[in-house]
Amino acid sequence: MDALTVVDLTLAGVLTGLLYGLMALGLSVIFGVVRVVNFAHGEMMTIAMYATVVLFTWLGLDPFVALLPVAAAFFGLGYLLQRGLINPFITRPEHSQFMLLVALAIILVNALLMIFGPDARHVQLDYLLEPIEVGPLLLDRGKVAAAGVAAVTAAALFAFFRFTLTGKAIRACADNHLGAQVIGLDVRRLYALTFGLGSACVAVAGCMMIVLVDVTPTLGPGYTLLAFVIVIVGGLGSMPGALLGGVLIGVSEALAGLFIAPSAKSMFSFALLILVLLLRPQGLLGKSA
Amino acid sequence: MKAERRATVLLAVLACALLVLPAFANPYVLSVATLILFFAYTGQAWNVMMGFAGQLSLGHSLYVGVGAYVAAGLFFLYGVGPWAGVWLAMLACALLGAVIGALAFRFRIAGVYFALLTIAFAEFTRIGFDHFAPLGGPGGLFLKVEQRQHLDLLALRGPPAMFYYVALALTAGAFALCSRLLHSRVGYYWQAIRENEEAAQALGIDVFRYKMLAILVSSSMTALAGVFFAFYYNNLFPEQIFNIGRSIEIILGPIIGGLGTLFGPILGAALLTVLADSSTELIGALGWDIPGVKQVLYGVVLLGVVMFLPHGIWPVLAQKLGLRR
Amino acid sequence: MSPSAVLLEVRGIRKSFRGLRAVQDATFDVPERGIVALIGPNGAGKTTCFNMIAGALQPDSGSVTFGGKRIDGWRADRICAAGIGRTFQIVKPFPGLSVLDNVIVGALLRTGGMDEARRHARKVIDRIGLGAKADLPAATLTLPERKRLEVARALATRPRLLLLDEVMAGLRPTECDQMVDVFHELNGRDGLTILLIEHVMRAVMALARQVIVLNFGQVLARGTPAEVVRDPAVLGCYLGEDAEV
Repeated sequence: MDALTVVDLTLAGVLTGLLYGLMALGLSVIFGVVRVVNFAHGEMMTIAMYATVVLFTWLGLDPFVALLPVAAAFFGLGYLLQRGLINPFITRPEHSQFMLLVALAIILVNALLMIFGPDARHVQLDYLLEPIEVGPLLLDRGKVAAAGVAAVTAAALFAFFRFTLTGKAIRACADNHLGAQVIGLDVRRLYALTFGLGSACVAVAGCMMIVLVDVTPTLGPGYTLLAFVIVIVGGLGSMPGALLGGVLIGVSEALAGLFIAPSAKSMFSFALLILVLLLRPQGLLGKSA
Repeated sequence: MKAERRATVLLAVLACALLVLPAFANPYVLSVATLILFFAYTGQAWNVMMGFAGQLSLGHSLYVGVGAYVAAGLFFLYGVGPWAGVWLAMLACALLGAVIGALAFRFRIAGVYFALLTIAFAEFTRIGFDHFAPLGGPGGLFLKVEQRQHLDLLALRGPPAMFYYVALALTAGAFALCSRLLHSRVGYYWQAIRENEEAAQALGIDVFRYKMLAILVSSSMTALAGVFFAFYYNNLFPEQIFNIGRSIEIILGPIIGGLGTLFGPILGAALLTVLADSSTELIGALGWDIPGVKQVLYGVVLLGVVMFLPHGIWPVLAQKLGLRR
Repeated sequence: MSPSAVLLEVRGIRKSFRGLRAVQDATFDVPERGIVALIGPNGAGKTTCFNMIAGALQPDSGSVTFGGKRIDGWRADRICAAGIGRTFQIVKPFPGLSVLDNVIVGALLRTGGMDEARRHARKVIDRIGLGAKADLPAATLTLPERKRLEVARALATRPRLLLLDEVMAGLRPTECDQMVDVFHELNGRDGLTILLIEHVMRAVMALARQVIVLNFGQVLARGTPAEVVRDPAVLGCYLGEDAEV
């Protein structure tokens, strides 16, 4: 184990971390604005991964192209989901909301199991097999491409929230629900839009993730947890925080895999979550309560 | 007091039916009944924390797992019988609960964040046990079953009926304990905290103390479920016993049955187990033997209950039976 | 006639919220067995004072002395145990519990057994006038009834000092008079000291023997009700500086 391997791994962790960050960004947007604990987040990611597999195997669609229709579809589905199913639950007690999404997650995971079976599926892109050489370092081409897409998507999302009127309206809702209603914003529509955007983020993340790893139906819950860990570590309500959190988790997983054991890498993430919850509950970049 | 008399009569009838069940049930029904009682008990234990005190724990599999592994480990490594091991199991779980509670309540972690904290602890422990070789690691821990014929209550070995009665005793004990607690000062204070923490504090209630008490009672009760699990199934895998699916299984019963009620967890456990079983039958009969169908049905039922019966089925049922206003 | 001892001493308490000074150097006394009203326009800092006295908030500086003991910085439950009961301006009932159970929670502070607590709670409920609704869920009560429940719950803790935060709001004149009678009785017969925040002048004039006027977080005037309502500074803060009186 030499310094070069460590650097290689760290870089790989950063790249994967950016992808995790995009997934978490979707959750941060949803949780931060609509305040719904989306326990089905990981399942949505898994569905996106399967959708990409299907489009690839049946239509020969490259994931980098497929992400556009998949993201659009997810936007629509997310919008409808919020509007139709989740909106009435906003005023209900928290455990009711959880259970709604847990129920949804259970249905989704097992529907996937029914349709695709338990075996792993993957997408093989031959043009990504060659690693990129940067001096003495070797970078996985797939990871670089996926991270690139993640970065671009995140940037687009930032721009939307910063510069468009709708984006600002959504931020207003997040800051002050009642105030937003008072000034005439259609909060329910904005919530649905936000859920749609969050879902689209997850979709893009999923389309890219399948390029790097295989998919099985049971990946969902793990991703949900990971997304929450990242959002909390990075800071709720902070979009750069979600990306930063993602990178941190990506790197820590990579290094933990090297120094401890690959299967123990999640332990690090959970330990980090516990630490953050205790010492700095608003997260690294979050606003203080 | 017509309603109370009715309730007592129904309760007596139920108790009698449960007591004589093994005489009439075939082995399959007996095992299903034992499973129902196991979930009823575990659900009741979780209900103390959530239904009574309003603290949402989504990582209760932690206590089942730790309880199971401590008792099983003591038996496996040192030959310590379950009746001795159970004390250490309860202590371990109470300590864990105390740690989680102290961390959460002192640092003001509530609601979603508290739920996530409990999940994190459960997951952390799962991975930990996966790498803990002395207790089998991922390959699992297997307990030797000496015999299944004659009753050896001390070693918890015997015919399936024995396990049924142990589970029944646990459930009945939990019911009695929760009933007692609910109608005592502790129960009233818990409910006050659940309903409105700030108001509770203004009435002189030490909120931190009572929340801790809830988590201690809940975690130690759940430890017992773990011990039972260990000696009933005799094999433990970290992936299975600590996983979040287990935690969700535990809470389904009380939520569907009725949070904060005494009968809710029991009713919920019964309904869910029967649903699971009959759906397995139905699916087999229809030839839809695809993995995942049963759980989809679970999910749909859960969705239905959450959407249309937010307080669970028991309050509605109780009203229909004339047991409540 | 011996001078009454001071039960509650508030000295120079201050509270700022991120730069906004809600309360600045508030100083006043509440004599034992007295009834003092705290009045002032909205946003004057009255509820913030209450919150500091009751332990819901910690004062940034200053002191609160109750029965000779410093209580500033104590947690709310400890202060209640010491003998201060309070109601909330925005009522906080326990909606899932019955009216009786709500009050039992309060009664349990000082009574040992459940039966005794239940009996005491029933007595308090009857006195407040909610007896008919004792077994109904608190969620079914109207707002005036919920305010009465707040009072009953606080009373059940057998306080020496009762902090009432706008309990007359929304009551019809007859209901208001009934409440005033109950408080007079509690004060006269049982020796309960009362500090109340009130906008309903009918109640203030009928109940209070001393009035303290707060504006922009500072004590503007103090005196008997008759003195205070004629004070030009007080009238100015309610009606505006240029108002002709």
